[in-house]
Amino acid sequence: MTAVEPPLALLAELTHRCPLQCPYCSNPLEMDRAATELDTAAWQRVFDEAAKLGVLHVHFSGGEPAVRRDLEMLVARCAGLGLYTNLITSAVLIDRARMQALAKAGLNHVQISVQGSDPANADRIGGYAGGHARKIEVAGFVREAGLPLTLNAVMHRQNLGELGEVIGLAVQLGARRLEVAHVQYYGWALKNRAALMPTRAQLERATATVEAARARLKGTLVIDYVVPDYYARRPKACMGGWGRRFLNVSPNGSVLPCHAASTLPGMTFENVKERSLKDIWYGSEAFERFRGTGWMPEPCRSCDQREIDWGGCRCQAFALTGALEAVDPACEFAEGHAALVASAEDESAGPAPALIYRRIGTALV
Amino acid sequence: MSTVRIAGASVPSLAPQIRLRFDEARRRWTLLAPERVLVPDEIAVEVLQLCDGVATVDTIAAALAAKFQAPPDEVSRDVIEMLQDLADKGMLVA
Repeated sequence: MTAVEPPLALLAELTHRCPLQCPYCSNPLEMDRAATELDTAAWQRVFDEAAKLGVLHVHFSGGEPAVRRDLEMLVARCAGLGLYTNLITSAVLIDRARMQALAKAGLNHVQISVQGSDPANADRIGGYAGGHARKIEVAGFVREAGLPLTLNAVMHRQNLGELGEVIGLAVQLGARRLEVAHVQYYGWALKNRAALMPTRAQLERATATVEAARARLKGTLVIDYVVPDYYARRPKACMGGWGRRFLNVSPNGSVLPCHAASTLPGMTFENVKERSLKDIWYGSEAFERFRGTGWMPEPCRSCDQREIDWGGCRCQAFALTGALEAVDPACEFAEGHAALVASAEDESAGPAPALIYRRIGTALV
Repeated sequence: MSTVRIAGASVPSLAPQIRLRFDEARRRWTLLAPERVLVPDEIAVEVLQLCDGVATVDTIAAALAAKFQAPPDEVSRDVIEMLQDLADKGMLVA
């Protein structure tokens, strides 16, 4: 096994609080309460340790990171350390003055999420009236502040028809990059899978739309495309491999190899309040658990893709099979792959059930 | 917006979302973009350090040709090709 390399990026989930209620939210079903959040000094220490460890990118995420009144102070600390800072935001809480303050603090980049291009549908999916119009306005503040903008559009059967307009919106807002991200099905999204899963035909149309736009907009707009891996033949390299590139610090200070890893049973994730980021990255059992290829069962262990997809997504494998080390069912060589694809196709062809919105308590329904 | 076309008179600079930075932990130069880390080769680093939004491609190529004692035409061609590639990826403006 090769030596463990330092992490490239840190996802700082400053809070789980968010005014939106997207039914595919990547936060865990059991969210951290405000009272358990790390304070300003603790986050600043995390960033100091991250920079020393070799982290280059810090993504401020949540929940909605702008809920935190100390966001500017955290950005400023990172900027002072030479870290590339990216704000991943729903945008609805940010006004012109705040965007200016964030730019002044040294923010490098802003990523605004949209729930589609049709305001009524987008507000319905986000569960926040007036949200879409507000996002358009805030994208203008980003431009005014001289900050580069990425638009992030999470796509699914209830908004895929808007994809062409979403691409147009990105260009119109002056975004240089667009993430077209099909929903990934764990956590809240798995609960809502039947309401969100596109048909294979919808997916193929979307892929063709993206490819045509990429050719047309070369040099103007970069489009990153994340496919729903149920319809792929091979699983995604989740987080670029467990404990290889990323670390995630949750609102209460737990350090995870990915933001969904808290769903895995029997694992202990250490906390920055008790141990340094460096010790956790190089020395914790949780980060060692699925690192590299040594943990893999067959057919992964002898697969020629094992250092490309790194065994896919542990959270998805567990959520779908109940076994931590199972082959990710998104892989065509997994036992349950055919059944998974069939269930996706069935669900996508049937009527969409009502959305279960991301609210504290609703996941238990 | 139209596609950027790099020529001798172009004045290139990194796009606003891109940072060129020395990575102390790994002892190498990096280009930081949103969600991406690129590792430019030595020549690319030399070129990009001169892309200050003031110098033209011709000026940059001439400086490099002098520094490395290489044929100016060849250097100019290589520099334009490299910058065009970055512009096509949305990482360079001119």
